[in-house]
Amino acid sequence: MRGQEARDQAERKAAMATLAQSSGDDIVRLWNEAALPAEAELLRGPETGLVTLRGRIGGGGAPFNVGEATVTRATIRLPSGQVGHCYALGRDKQKAKLAAIADALWQDPARRAEVETRLIAPLRSALSAAQERRRAETAATKVDFFTMVRGED
Amino acid sequence: MYVAVKGGEAAIANAHSLLADRRRGDRSVPALRLDQIVEQLALGVDRVMSEGSLYDRELAALAIVQARGDMIEAIFLVRAYRTTLPRFGYTRPIDTGAMQVERRVSATYKDLPGGQLLGPTFDYTHRLLDPELAAGADVAEPLQRESEAQAMPRVSAILAREGLIEPDGEMPQDHVPGDITREPLEFPMARDIRLQALSRGDEGFLLALGYSTQRGYARNHPFVGEIRIGEVELELDVPELPFAVPLGTVRVTECQMVNQFKGSAKAPPQFTRGYGLVFGQSERKAMAMALCDRALRATELGEDVVAAAQDEEFVISHSDNVQATGFVEHLKLPHYVDFQAELDLVRRMRAEYEARENPLKAEEKREAAE
Repeated sequence: MRGQEARDQAERKAAMATLAQSSGDDIVRLWNEAALPAEAELLRGPETGLVTLRGRIGGGGAPFNVGEATVTRATIRLPSGQVGHCYALGRDKQKAKLAAIADALWQDPARRAEVETRLIAPLRSALSAAQERRRAETAATKVDFFTMVRGED
Repeated sequence: MYVAVKGGEAAIANAHSLLADRRRGDRSVPALRLDQIVEQLALGVDRVMSEGSLYDRELAALAIVQARGDMIEAIFLVRAYRTTLPRFGYTRPIDTGAMQVERRVSATYKDLPGGQLLGPTFDYTHRLLDPELAAGADVAEPLQRESEAQAMPRVSAILAREGLIEPDGEMPQDHVPGDITREPLEFPMARDIRLQALSRGDEGFLLALGYSTQRGYARNHPFVGEIRIGEVELELDVPELPFAVPLGTVRVTECQMVNQFKGSAKAPPQFTRGYGLVFGQSERKAMAMALCDRALRATELGEDVVAAAQDEEFVISHSDNVQATGFVEHLKLPHYVDFQAELDLVRRMRAEYEARENPLKAEEKREAAE
């Protein structure tokens, strides 16, 4: 049971990460295609605020404050009573609301598979394709050193 | 007695509408869209985010347009906007070792794990103006290369194995990171607070100070151990969730400067370090920050404080370009009453001076006046 709970949490967090990284336009498009329910009671927000980003001295040392970033958050309750949350960088309020609804739907065992396959999976594959392309473009700029032999031995 | 003078409302209103007109410029030229600025003036956007100390591309682009491209004015606008928003919390510290790297170079190790990745750099370009760009020529897609995902440890970890480099900067166990947005600056200052101030500091000011250390003012023999640019994930602890909530990714630039150090009463000979971490792709700024960070550690490392770049109060008090421009630019606002008082004072001093220098003439003058 503990193990199952930890796995559920990790999967829920992964779904939230995917939603946070995706563009609002992509989420809206997939939402409409999948005809997911957008009806929910807003418990908080959507509202925009700041988080202070922290780094570490030398990369791995003591934490220090680097600067702020805009974040928009929303908390909703579905008619079924399930509560969902979203925090995402930027100021897209519609995205925050839909992502919070997606989080609530995800927690409903009867809807989880639908949210995963119709919304999260396509978003995730788009993100990883973009990431892979960027990695391959960066890899093309990798320096291959070669040694020049000078003179005769 | 205090006399207030009012006036100029119509002049101010008209000046602002003239500003709006000049900002728009020739109406036959298409207006800039924010996405054009975000995409095509990306490094300018990054500078405004870094010195405005607010990670938000669209807002930075809006600030650049509104400020007609005046970067310090744009930074000022972003800083002002920040103060209108509530703060949700402090993120977990980012892990630059897990960065999705877009550029990574080291000047100290040729064959470091993960390799040297040049990325989208100006380095090795010929700095010749490109007429094709002016003509709006199409740009080819970049090449791609198949490669296995490779771990890219920070270069400091490699040097650490030999024990010849100091560790990442630690603070005492119970130290809470200081926050210059909440508490006024106090000197002497802990390194974490200095780094926060440097990260939002003016690029030009830090660049000049970093340059001064290279030219011999607080010489500290720097090498770029590593520069890496790329995206890192952000996470925030919130009470309503049992795990840190993922917020998305931000692009940052990190510079690990490695400095030869001959040792002092406080520390043995070894490599010491300066650290730079800046929003966006801001390599020059991250390098300058790392040079200044190292120079400002003079007292900690038992070095003599002999140069401006080592003087914490001097550097940190003057690194913020919003404060600097505020104080310099306020000089152009009306000081009529101040100046009247000064004028009166100078007249009296002059009269006293003349009376001393030439008593007879002053006497005649006074009589004439009477």
